[in-house]
Amino acid sequence: MLTVLCFARYRELLGFDRAEFPLGAEGTLGELLADPRFASLPKDALLAVNRTFVDRQQPLKDGDEVALMPPVSGG
Amino acid sequence: MMIPYVAVMNSPLDPVALRAEAHDPRAGSVVVFEGCARNHHDDKDVELLAYEAFESMAVTELEKLRTEAMERFGLTQCIIHHRIGVVPLCEAAVVVVTASAHRKESFEAVVWIMDIIKERVPIWKRERYTEGGESWVEGEQRH
Repeated sequence: MLTVLCFARYRELLGFDRAEFPLGAEGTLGELLADPRFASLPKDALLAVNRTFVDRQQPLKDGDEVALMPPVSGG
Repeated sequence: MMIPYVAVMNSPLDPVALRAEAHDPRAGSVVVFEGCARNHHDDKDVELLAYEAFESMAVTELEKLRTEAMERFGLTQCIIHHRIGVVPLCEAAVVVVTASAHRKESFEAVVWIMDIIKERVPIWKRERYTEGGESWVEGEQRH
């Protein structure tokens, strides 16, 4: 299983803040995000796996925590 | 009480206490920066700010940022605290303390740290406007 977390505006956009996804045939984060449930995810989204920034080529394994984050605006 | 060098906290920040942590006879310069909640953004009057963080990752990123800043600018101390939740106008959303032998490094370090916070530390700002309505701020954009 994968855990997917959404932050800030993406919670409303994608309709969940935390969800479990079965680890399917997808080998990379990009393949997971090709699922229609992520169709509304903006192109400039920041992506992290296990709290480290990654790109869509990142391979996924069972137990990974994926974070989908808008461009940040702290400070 | 031991003050952590980096923190993300849901309570008012204490710049005076953080400055005291930078006490060091090697430091000829101590800069205390407060990023405060401002009452306008472009043409809109802002009534209230609220921040949300991916807390565990934000702390990790702040730790990395602190280590990089210490090395890059040769600081004797660096402390970064960010507040989350509602931040009333005039109160600090972020406090950065930098200390160095001479002033140039500690001033430059604060500017650099704030730029990186706005680039890669997972914290988001939400604005509520005086005329009504709210929006998330994403980078330089509002949604």
